[in-house]
Amino acid sequence: MAETQTLREWLLTETPTSRRHAKMSALYQGWLSFRSNTMAMIGLGILVALVVVAAGAPLIAPHDPFVQELSNRLAPLGAEGHILGTDSLGRDILSRLIYGARITLYIVALVALIAPIAGLLVGTVSGYVGGWTDTVLMRITDIFLAFPRLVLALAFVAALGAGIENAVLAISLTAWPPYARIARAETLTIRSSDYISAIKLQGAGALRIITKHIWPLCISSLIVRVTLDMAGIILAAAGLGFLGLGAQPPSPEWGAMISEGRRFILDHWWVATMPGLAIFTVSLAFNLLGDGLRDVLDPKAGE
Amino acid sequence: MSMLTVQDLNVWFGSNRDRVDAVIGASFEIPRGESFGLVGESGSGKSTILRAITGLAPDWSGAITVDGQQIGKARPKTFFKTVQMVFQDPYASLHPRHSVDQVLGETLHLHGFKDIDSRVVKLLDDVGLGQKFRFRYPHQLSGGQRQRVAIARALAPEPALLLLDEPTSALDVSVQAEILNLLADLRADRGLTYLMVSHDLSVVGHMCDRLAVMKDGEIVEVLDVAALRAMEAAHPYSKQLLEASV
Amino acid sequence: MMTNLLDVENLWVKFPTRQGVFDAVRGVSFTLGRERLGIVGESGSGKSMTGRAILRLIRPPGIVEADQIELEGVDLMQKSEKDMRAVRGQRISMVMQDPKFSLNPVMTIGDQIMEAYRLHSKASKSEAYAKSLEMLEAVSIRNPERVMRAYPHEMSGGMGQRIMIAMMLIPNPEILIADEPTSALDVSVQRQVLDIMDRLVKERGMGLIFISHDLNLVADFCDRVLIMYAGRIVEVCDADKLHEAQHPYTRGLLNSLPRLDAPRKRLEVLQRDPQWSTAPSVSGRI
Repeated sequence: MAETQTLREWLLTETPTSRRHAKMSALYQGWLSFRSNTMAMIGLGILVALVVVAAGAPLIAPHDPFVQELSNRLAPLGAEGHILGTDSLGRDILSRLIYGARITLYIVALVALIAPIAGLLVGTVSGYVGGWTDTVLMRITDIFLAFPRLVLALAFVAALGAGIENAVLAISLTAWPPYARIARAETLTIRSSDYISAIKLQGAGALRIITKHIWPLCISSLIVRVTLDMAGIILAAAGLGFLGLGAQPPSPEWGAMISEGRRFILDHWWVATMPGLAIFTVSLAFNLLGDGLRDVLDPKAGE
Repeated sequence: MSMLTVQDLNVWFGSNRDRVDAVIGASFEIPRGESFGLVGESGSGKSTILRAITGLAPDWSGAITVDGQQIGKARPKTFFKTVQMVFQDPYASLHPRHSVDQVLGETLHLHGFKDIDSRVVKLLDDVGLGQKFRFRYPHQLSGGQRQRVAIARALAPEPALLLLDEPTSALDVSVQAEILNLLADLRADRGLTYLMVSHDLSVVGHMCDRLAVMKDGEIVEVLDVAALRAMEAAHPYSKQLLEASV
Repeated sequence: MMTNLLDVENLWVKFPTRQGVFDAVRGVSFTLGRERLGIVGESGSGKSMTGRAILRLIRPPGIVEADQIELEGVDLMQKSEKDMRAVRGQRISMVMQDPKFSLNPVMTIGDQIMEAYRLHSKASKSEAYAKSLEMLEAVSIRNPERVMRAYPHEMSGGMGQRIMIAMMLIPNPEILIADEPTSALDVSVQRQVLDIMDRLVKERGMGLIFISHDLNLVADFCDRVLIMYAGRIVEVCDADKLHEAQHPYTRGLLNSLPRLDAPRKRLEVLQRDPQWSTAPSVSGRI
């Protein structure tokens, strides 16, 4: 019986035989329902491609992104050796886009690490502890929410100094309050549920309840929210780059590239359009992925 | 010796203008090894008494004595080794992302047991589930199986007093019979004391030795099951309840 | 010979899943006259699905298949979705288990009843108001003007369920499908709600499909009972003879109930026979 079982059957079993087996089985079930969502798979495909391109940038890029060739500046699309043309300093736009993927990923990864975790901490503590803690933490959250995101980020960058790390930090600082709000709302409903009462009756403390029982339930909706917000974060980073407060030249950050191309937008439209298209594609991919993840992860949607 | 004494218990929610008195002046006593029922309609405060005993309803006054120990506002860890509770809805009382193994393992860990693996195995056998359920998640279990897991969790610290909050009202009648039999067997094997809340007089009549009838937060009558079966309730409300359930 | 309001033949409800097609209802046939027809079974027996399938309320990916679902000679399976909307509420109404989830929490009860009424008839506002008051009185609500102004959360469970019944009865349907209408209510309230339903059904000569898990309740309240197991009808009997039912499943269910008048040391546990779920469905047609 066990010998004839295929891997698929082993993963889809209703009677797992070990902890690891149960985990793998749950993961596989999630993957199957994710896979049935075509749009989400397209999103995932684009993002995987982005990671591959970023990782293999030196191998893929046809030119060095920093080498200037002033004799061949503003070459049009399809020019010899430069499929996507060149910019105002004669740098190959395709190569710059490929290297820029690294910066985009770097921003996305850092923001995705900082903002949701800060939000999760503040939100769950606030929701679970309640009382004064809740009031204080939520008023701080309100203060952050009261400013338009880009304006607040601008203020932070202005205070911290321009540069990609500071831009990431500024975006993270402005991005956490919505996550705190979501985590708090989830915590409030989870807090009064029977399974939390049950673990309290085993003598579990607040720290254990928050980290082991509330977090696992909040994280899925946060992941969904983060992927949906990623587009906004990329755009914010690009916006800071565009305003000259993010990545500094000659760094091939996509927002900064648009900013440079802006001067020639009427006569040489591709210089600004190509990085714009790249931002658009990646943002769209994150949105599609987020939608698919919501179907898989959101406990409220299923059943 | 009495396992649980509740004297002049008041439980309320909210404060000042919004204050709702859920239980008013409830008193009863359960000797060791007895099974005692609390009966009433929804909103009569029967479940609230259980929540006050376990500390899940924080605002209460009066005296609660468990196994000779008076309970204060904060309950020590040892309290939960004596008193455990089974909740009404098995679909809500298990963490949706924790497997049976995690649920029982964590409970045992919290009570300081070392031989967790062998105890999980034994608990599952005790509630008639068997090993193949050990690594399943709640969504892979039926209602009756979930309630068995919840009972196993309550038994894990080897308590003497089990509070049962409508343990079968969310289950089908055939499953209810299985769970009631299981609870009866466990009580016989382990000499447990039960305090069982139910709206169903026939379930309480089957499971309990004595019962209290509650209405609007007050206990209107305490009677034994023999009197219940003979339809000899004294209070008009109990009579009315009895008539409605036959 | 009783006239049939509803004639269901070979009804299937299917849900495609990853593991293959799951049949929630499997080849159920029955008729409904001007009577109270009970459908009993445990959770997952397909009793609620049967009720919903009649109104074609199964959401995709679920599929309803039937040789026919005839409402007074007209096959509902042939109707378009638009025509079905005219059937739902107008000719067949449904009362759900929990009134809390069926009433809109931000509208007053009066507005909701009036809206339901005006959706089905071109009545003026004052006509609708008068009719709503009348209906609330019909379901034994003592103070209908006050209830009209109230919001659902101000109502108790029993009141809410009476209001739902009032709403469902306004268009004067021929058939009422009640899906566990009293299981969220206390026993004493349960009686009152059932009495109201009973009276209305009798007075108006409606057909009632009463879906419940409670055998005793159905035995008391209905004329005829279909017992469902695993998507099939395993037994059909007259309600007053339910306690003499023959099928081992029905017997098992009855015996597993604790009884005040007959105390037992242990309750009988239902032994399920896999044959029950493979045996063909018994027809409930007259």
